[in-house]
Amino acid sequence: MTETTQDGPMLAADGTPLKKSLRRALRAQKLRALGLIAPLLIFVLISFVAPIVDMLFRSVENQIVSDTLPRTVVALRDWDGEGGEAPGDEIFKALTYDFIVAAERKEHTRLGSRLNYEMTGISSLFRKSGRRVDDIGEDYLDQFKDLNDAWEEPATWVAMMASEGWVADQVAWSEARAAAKSADQDFETPEPAFALRPGVAKALPETADIYSAFARTIQTQDEDSPTEEEPWNPVYMALFNDLASNPDAASAFSGDVAALLSEAAAAVGNFETISPKDAFLDADEDWGDPMVWSTIKAFAPSYTSGYFLSAVDLQLTASGVQPQDEDQQIYMLLFKRTLFMSLMIMFSCILLGYPIAFLLSNLPMRQSSLLLILVLLPFWTSLLVRTSSWKVLLQQQGVINDILVWIGLVADDNRLVMINNQFGTIVAMTHILLPFMILPLYSVMKTIPPSYVRAAKSLGATDWTAFWRVYFPQSVPGIGAGCILVFILAIGYYITPELVGGTTGTFISNRIAYHISSSLNWGLAAALGTILLAVVLILYWVYDRIVGIDNVSLG
Amino acid sequence: MPTDSKADGFVVFDHVQKSYDGDTLVVKDLNLNIGKGEFLTMLGPSGSGKTTCLMMLAGFETATHGEILLDGKPINNIAPHKRGIGMVFQNYALFPHMTVAENLAFPLEVRKMGKSVREEKVQRALDMVQMGSFGGRRPAQLSGGQQQRIALARALVFEPELVLMDEPLGALDKQLREHMQFEIKRIADNLGITVVYVTHDQTEALTMSDRVAVFDDGRIQQLAPPDQLYEKPENSFVAQFIGENNTLEGVVESIKDGTALVKLDNGELIDTVPVNVSAAGERTKVSIRPERVEYNKERLQEGAHTLKAEVLEFIYMGDIFRTRLRVAGNEDFVVKTRNAPDQVRLKPGETIEIGWLPEDCRALDA
Ligand SMILES: Nc1ncnc2c1ncn2[C@@H]1O[C@H](COP(=O)(O)OP(=O)(O)OP(=O)(O)O)[C@@H](O)[C@H]1O
Ligand SMILES: [Mg+2]
Repeated sequence: MTETTQDGPMLAADGTPLKKSLRRALRAQKLRALGLIAPLLIFVLISFVAPIVDMLFRSVENQIVSDTLPRTVVALRDWDGEGGEAPGDEIFKALTYDFIVAAERKEHTRLGSRLNYEMTGISSLFRKSGRRVDDIGEDYLDQFKDLNDAWEEPATWVAMMASEGWVADQVAWSEARAAAKSADQDFETPEPAFALRPGVAKALPETADIYSAFARTIQTQDEDSPTEEEPWNPVYMALFNDLASNPDAASAFSGDVAALLSEAAAAVGNFETISPKDAFLDADEDWGDPMVWSTIKAFAPSYTSGYFLSAVDLQLTASGVQPQDEDQQIYMLLFKRTLFMSLMIMFSCILLGYPIAFLLSNLPMRQSSLLLILVLLPFWTSLLVRTSSWKVLLQQQGVINDILVWIGLVADDNRLVMINNQFGTIVAMTHILLPFMILPLYSVMKTIPPSYVRAAKSLGATDWTAFWRVYFPQSVPGIGAGCILVFILAIGYYITPELVGGTTGTFISNRIAYHISSSLNWGLAAALGTILLAVVLILYWVYDRIVGIDNVSLG
Repeated sequence: MPTDSKADGFVVFDHVQKSYDGDTLVVKDLNLNIGKGEFLTMLGPSGSGKTTCLMMLAGFETATHGEILLDGKPINNIAPHKRGIGMVFQNYALFPHMTVAENLAFPLEVRKMGKSVREEKVQRALDMVQMGSFGGRRPAQLSGGQQQRIALARALVFEPELVLMDEPLGALDKQLREHMQFEIKRIADNLGITVVYVTHDQTEALTMSDRVAVFDDGRIQQLAPPDQLYEKPENSFVAQFIGENNTLEGVVESIKDGTALVKLDNGELIDTVPVNVSAAGERTKVSIRPERVEYNKERLQEGAHTLKAEVLEFIYMGDIFRTRLRVAGNEDFVVKTRNAPDQVRLKPGETIEIGWLPEDCRALDA
């Protein structure tokens, strides 16, 4: 056994294994470090990481369709959309039920706006239909009423649909409310949630479904009670449908309700039927457009690639992924333009910034600190002011054109267009981002001892060779850091292209901002943002492979 | 070796002055003749203008006044890269992004030499500094001493006739420094190159050089071979700066037959060699090397002047004894004696008499 102790782990002075006691000692250190960064960590997590994760989630999230039109989505599963025909009555019936609930909950306009991103016109179609959907089934109501006035009474419906437990609870609740009222007390408790009578769902499935939706909606939405409200008209359509398909439904009931139902069941055969499809088509002809239906079907799943497809100029239809209409293809162009212009900006920053940084690091202290202040000067003025001043300089009646005309380089009637295009954006952004190139370059160059260049010269190198073979390679880490900074800042820049970019000089970020704040298509904005993030990460990776991220230094 | 060849003036500084700011002269009237194949060291305290001189020679600074000649030709207007001077920098200045072999090949490449010639020369230079197998490494993967050798090899690989070295051993520890001193000296002698070497380490200067130029305050204070510099300092700065030195202050009483009689500040008289004094009545600093002071009467010459001294401290240092005395009011008077079997070991508090040969005692400027 002595052997094992010798081969076993090293022991600390107190006999615990050395590794363990080391780990214990380190844990205290780690905890302290964690405590120090905790405030920042929490701040970043709450205010930065969580929103970003949420945004990324939004780029695929699509529950609104299946939440708002649950019955329609299920019914559409078997519809293949082939043949260019709108679906039949079955699906319109489901749509009627979904729509009345959505309209009463005022959710149909939200869904309309959402689907409008995919197909223009759906928003107004939904809004219009929302106003008309309550009319569907009115004819059934009239026919049931003609049969027996009791059908109009809320009490009849409660007796037929509600569970006995709920009725008892409801009575107790309304008594408590009355008592409170007479005692002049506040009574905040809501009415007990409506509960369906057992067996109804089997005897009258559609009616049970839509009636309980009705009860819950008025309870939560309007704080009304099913005991006082007459059901929506489509409920009568459901009752008609149920009785037509199950004439024996009354057997599941007893008393007055059973009598009423068997009377109605006997009569429905002679009812005048109404097609929900015709009713919708009557409200808006667009319901006959199979494109509307294929859009709804395509976006029925809870998660969709639709936003990402739109973000790369593709579209999702019921029959698969297709390219976006020619005149709506804009994002790939914008991505390419953003990349191209960011690279242009990056290169002009290198060209302009390198000599300055070189000068900065080689001038005597006094001059170099003055120059450094000049480099930092732009940071002291607002970004908007700087961008706007470029407008003043570059516009057709602006300072630069005036000077060019004055010295005769440019004809007065042929002034240069230098703003509201790519040129303007590149000029203004180069100016704004230049310090981000100069500073890392400067801090790296400052660490290159002058003796290297001297050594190179003493070894026989000309000024140029000494610079190119000895100085430049050592400044590459600074260029790398500057490039990464400038490029990443440029690729996501928004204000400057917005102000001076016109139509040809805008970036993808301007489009993202538009979708965030104007069109409110956050899903698409999130998808565009995600793609932008991915592009940056890929470029970063490529950079790492080619240049090596160790070769980046801030000094 | 080449002290005799200094007259041919391979490198000549002719009344060279240098000012950086237009207010002060960093180099004041520098005149210097360096012979071909000579190993000349510039020695001096910090800020005395050594590096500046080297930089002017290499072409990185221009002389404000005067001329610098290389092999008889003025080089003031020749660009640094055309001067063909090898240079070893204090921090080595090895290019960090190149391997050792690439560093060495650089001067050959800019001279447009073919690849095979280059490789051969690089290998030869590496072998010369005994670093033959290190060609593939980066400078950062070498120790200080190895980097130093590579810097030396790089300065020599293109076979310059003149090599400048600015405190090349400054960053090394004592042992390595001594080793490298020997190596540099050996290589320089083997190749027969002219070396201008800058240091502020006097031992280094004395052990390596053919001649040493002692700089102070922008001037050469003395230019002489090491032994002369040590034994016959020409002014009190050199006497103080080189080696250990005892100074006694006084006034010249008379100068006669190559001997100056000096009256020390406490009234005692001593015989000295007049170096920087010309007339009676001048103040002077008298300089005696610690190892030339004798207190063993039997070893003193007949008629030598003696002074009273009180022993303050006796330090046993193995090979020598170092005794600190109070002499003529100076409490830092040091005597070094060889640890011989018959040598007396003094005790603090003892009063003794000390003396020296008059020719070891030099009356210098005050
Ligand atoms: N580039 C410069 N600009 C202004 N003054 C300088 C410059 N270089 C050196 N000096 C000044 O010139 C004087 C001599 O400097 P130099 O570098 O020649 O000294 P040195 O003898 O090499 O000293 P050290 O032993 O410390 O290297 C110093 O006073 C220094 O302050
Ligand atoms: Mg120096």
